[in-house]
Amino acid sequence: MWTTKTFLTKTKRGNILKIVREHYLRDDLLCGSAACNICPHKDDEYILDSKPHSICALFDYEHYLILDTNVVLHQIDVLEEDALTNVIILQTVLEEVKHQNTAIYQRLLEIIGKKTRKFYSFVNEHHKDTYIERNPGEKQNDRNDRAIRKAAAWYASHLSINNLDGQYPQIVLLTDDENNRKIAQEEGIVCCSVKDYIENVNGFVGLVDKLSKNVIPESCSKDALYPAHLTPTQIHTGIRNGKLYQGTFHASRENFLEGTSVVSGFEKPILLQGHIGINRAVDGDIVAIEILPKEEWRKPSDIVLEDKADDPGDLLEEDTELLTSVKPIDTSDDEITPTGKVVGIIRRKWRQYCGILKPSKFPGATRHLFTPAERKIPHVRIETRQSDVLASQRILVALDSWPRNSRYPLGHFVRSLGPIGDKNAENEVILLEHDIPHARFSEAVLACLPPDDWTIPEEEIKKRVDLRGLCICSVDPPGCTDIDDALHARALRRAGPRAYEVGVHIADVTHFVRPNTALDKEAALRSTTVYLVDKRIDMVPDLLSSNLCSLRGGEERLAFSCVWEIDENANVISTKFHKSVIKSRSAMTYEEAQLIIDDRSRQDEIASSLRVLNALAKKLKRKRLDNGALLLASPEIRFQVDSETHEPMEVQAKKILDTNSMVEEFMLLANVSVAERLARDFPQCALLRRHPAPPPAYFHTFLKAASQQGFELDVSTNKSFSKSLDAAVIPERPFFNTLLRIMATRCMQQAVYFSSGTRTQEEFYHYGLACPIYTHFTSPIRRYADVIVHRLLAASIGADVTHATLLDTKHADALCDNLNYRHRQAQYAGRASVALNTHILFKNRVEIESAVVLAVKRNALQVLIPKYGLEGPLYLPSDKFTYNEEEHFQICDDVILKTFDELTVRLSLDSTNLQHRKLVFQLVKPHIPGFSYEPEKEGEKMDVETVVAEKSNPEDNKGKSTQKKKRKDNAEIKSKKKIKK
Amino acid sequence: MPGPDLLSSQGLRLDGRRPNELRRIRCKLGVFTQPDGSAYLEQGNTKVLAAVYGPHQASKSKTSTDGVVVNCQYSMATFSTGERKNRPRGDRKSQEMSLHLRQSLTAAIKTELYPRSQIDVYVEVLQADGGAYCASVNAATLALVDAGIPLKAYACACTASIAWRGSEPEPLVDVGHVEEAAGGVCLTVSSLPSTRSVALLELSHKLHMDYFDVVLSRAMQGCRDIEVILDRAVREHLAEGWTKQDVVTI
Repeated sequence: MWTTKTFLTKTKRGNILKIVREHYLRDDLLCGSAACNICPHKDDEYILDSKPHSICALFDYEHYLILDTNVVLHQIDVLEEDALTNVIILQTVLEEVKHQNTAIYQRLLEIIGKKTRKFYSFVNEHHKDTYIERNPGEKQNDRNDRAIRKAAAWYASHLSINNLDGQYPQIVLLTDDENNRKIAQEEGIVCCSVKDYIENVNGFVGLVDKLSKNVIPESCSKDALYPAHLTPTQIHTGIRNGKLYQGTFHASRENFLEGTSVVSGFEKPILLQGHIGINRAVDGDIVAIEILPKEEWRKPSDIVLEDKADDPGDLLEEDTELLTSVKPIDTSDDEITPTGKVVGIIRRKWRQYCGILKPSKFPGATRHLFTPAERKIPHVRIETRQSDVLASQRILVALDSWPRNSRYPLGHFVRSLGPIGDKNAENEVILLEHDIPHARFSEAVLACLPPDDWTIPEEEIKKRVDLRGLCICSVDPPGCTDIDDALHARALRRAGPRAYEVGVHIADVTHFVRPNTALDKEAALRSTTVYLVDKRIDMVPDLLSSNLCSLRGGEERLAFSCVWEIDENANVISTKFHKSVIKSRSAMTYEEAQLIIDDRSRQDEIASSLRVLNALAKKLKRKRLDNGALLLASPEIRFQVDSETHEPMEVQAKKILDTNSMVEEFMLLANVSVAERLARDFPQCALLRRHPAPPPAYFHTFLKAASQQGFELDVSTNKSFSKSLDAAVIPERPFFNTLLRIMATRCMQQAVYFSSGTRTQEEFYHYGLACPIYTHFTSPIRRYADVIVHRLLAASIGADVTHATLLDTKHADALCDNLNYRHRQAQYAGRASVALNTHILFKNRVEIESAVVLAVKRNALQVLIPKYGLEGPLYLPSDKFTYNEEEHFQICDDVILKTFDELTVRLSLDSTNLQHRKLVFQLVKPHIPGFSYEPEKEGEKMDVETVVAEKSNPEDNKGKSTQKKKRKDNAEIKSKKKIKK
Repeated sequence: MPGPDLLSSQGLRLDGRRPNELRRIRCKLGVFTQPDGSAYLEQGNTKVLAAVYGPHQASKSKTSTDGVVVNCQYSMATFSTGERKNRPRGDRKSQEMSLHLRQSLTAAIKTELYPRSQIDVYVEVLQADGGAYCASVNAATLALVDAGIPLKAYACACTASIAWRGSEPEPLVDVGHVEEAAGGVCLTVSSLPSTRSVALLELSHKLHMDYFDVVLSRAMQGCRDIEVILDRAVREHLAEGWTKQDVVTI
């Protein structure tokens, strides 16, 4: 079986170390071609056709394609099209791709996996006839090119053997490397560049558009706009001697000419400004940074700047506007940030971007400018012949390269998502931009489901505790179909002090989602159900989420129960966990439950059970607050959606009833009980959730603003903070306290999942809930974390067996990273969806509402409309207002605007820019002549006036042309950033 | 899935072997004349020398009336690893290996035949590239055969690890250094394949019980394959031995 040839390969690593590795060469590797009559193929091992049909006009004979690495790396979008078939992927290529870009590697593997595509991966590195050794002094790249040529030549001769009639496929090598092509031709291998090949392909329209315009970025020194990047070796040595720093580039959302990067050795993020300072870095790239001398350090600008150019050609406008505004006045200022410039790109982190084409001035042109939806990404130059069709569509574009002489990066069209303004296309954009897996569930996943008419088998009931006789009911928001929790409570009839039995019953999802099945993997990947305003992207298929797992009223369901004995003062006497069968008496909404509790005439079992729960919940809550739990707030709203058009009709702030908090309290109690149990039984791999205490610096601006309103808050511990928040009430402004809490929430860090083996016991603390340990147990239908917790708990009580990955700390850690990432993305997507619907809602309306100031910026106020939970900037012209940096307020004559002030504003939608439709806020009260909106001027006159005002005021105009998407995350980042400074 | 990619998408391992293939084994008996028995064994790039003295009268402190005392010494040449080793023997690892070696060999030797005697086995690892213990056991077995010491069966040792092909576990036999260092589990089995008994079992990391059986059976299969190779080597050695060397010395 194995050949006994040993080859030694040497590699150097770090402080020169000789590594000797075995390398076995085999004679049992197949060529995969049906035209071959030498290799001992079995029937299912023929991948390549014996007579491949040619689709390229340049080569009208039968041929197989061999691809070079650069072709795969740059033209993966072309390969993913169903056009090219009968392709040989060499292992050399596969390894190189894997090394350079894992995302593309995965995509390539997917293509190879598709039988219809006829891509064969040939292990040339281990084949006895195609393996070559690296010559002394030869570069690795050159060796690989030689290996590819060798394999191509081998294939050609291999297929010709025993095919004397000449009826065998030829080999065509596709490569974009000119040098490689030249040598190949000398060696008699047919080769061609991808561009030439694809442009001569017949019958696949649009394939040419997908060609990547890959230019070696540093080669275009003629008319160069940007300084050249350093070479990888220069970067490497620079970082080694500490002259350069490595960091991830984060573009600013407000100012396209500014970005930051956190590098080790500096406390503050490094500021990068201007075209030259950023030097073609795109958000997310890992870059090498050179720190400028201290005299050139600057402050982050607090102006809002958008790239407004309509394709000005390849020119860089002067950065004066940006740079003058941030010139340091006083070098001792504590807002001065270390400033640097990007000198090289270590790794591009480009993905595909959603956006629209910028309308072109010349009809029929093929070169176009593309505006991404994500504002951190620069415009992209693409070439397409379908611009008429695409102009009104949302499209997906991939970036290819960014040569020195191009103002914008070059890219190519990938696919169209649908017409602009179409609800589905817009939702698709939200999902893609937030990297949310939303494809239909695959066949393999659906195969894991039980049949539609599944009922609980007898033997399953025997294994479980039968709670069907108990009066269990569920309370959820209206319209909820994935009910994952239900409750019950009854008085215990026994001697001694009064006590209650309270149970929380959670849908037993893990009974259906078995570990390591396709269903489990899909759920783990999705990690969470994503709620958009008019759409829900389920974590598990509908059959489970809204039927078999959903604890619907009157139906028998499997559950995982947590049952306590609780005394009158809400102290837990004992806790039990067991799997059970339940039959919910009734699935209620919060409002219905509230009505039952309040209706004194109802004395049935449900009513008394609810009353006990409610009374206990209040005591639990009191205790929690006394412990120092924070009551935080975020402006949440609900849309009333038209049942037919799915257009939002009305917005209202979410109502909070007693019953909301009743359910919440018991869920918290269940989560805490489970967390304690897991931490005890699985000290290394329990999945828990922690909320770190925020560093005091985060509170800086917040405390300043609060003290301007006359309140000194104590943020030293969560208990003192909670107390001082409770005390900070202005009787005539009932919303003020909520506002404080909203602002306080934004000073906090996010709570995160983690595996108990990766942290010390003290770090388990949950700051917001003020409990030493916490996890998520109660929503397994919509959160994968809960699924894992269920499995662990089941193993702990002996109801289920463990499996390998469940107990692996490393695996648990990786899982937590994904959970946290998906959780965050789901939140952002939900907010983006709210923003989208708000825009639709305000399409044809204008309202005047009261608002409060959340933050004061140099040229704008961040305002919040409490009624709608809307947030956005209200731009202030600099000729009227003066900004006080010390105290953070804006002043105009005798009007002072500062954080927490109440205003009246006028709301309308500005649709001039289709990509970034935005809500426009105009000041109504306090009245500032010449700036405030005049309510008596109605109708058309008013619009004219704003237009005039915009034109007459360049500063204001610039501000107004930016997007005012209501993004809480955005604001959250902003407020944090400010404090950090 | 835990562990890195040890199997390519075409089902080959990093060095080009399939999961069930051993590394190339080359061996030679009777490489020295001074000891009573000796052997040299290569398992891929792992190279080991073994020498056996005895049985001879046991020193006072070690003597046992039940059977022969097997005294083992495992040492690694300073040049055996990529970075130069400072202590060739006597460190914790070598001492542990010596004990393990003794355990495997005692199981194979018919110890009851030589009460109050002692057999010394010296093993020197010349080059370590994963599975040094296994190579030591295999080489020591050959040296014992060369010394003419009666054995119950060949003692063969082999390692196995686990990789994932999609989500299916795929056990790997005879783990090399690269695969070992990649962080997967490594199960070392020393067994007497013809009697189907296990002399020593060692697991380097945690491995879930679900996968233990497949990994163990792959390692046992490896032991059986090695036994075939050792047996062939012994027979070849004996065939040529009669015609040359031994006849002359007699």
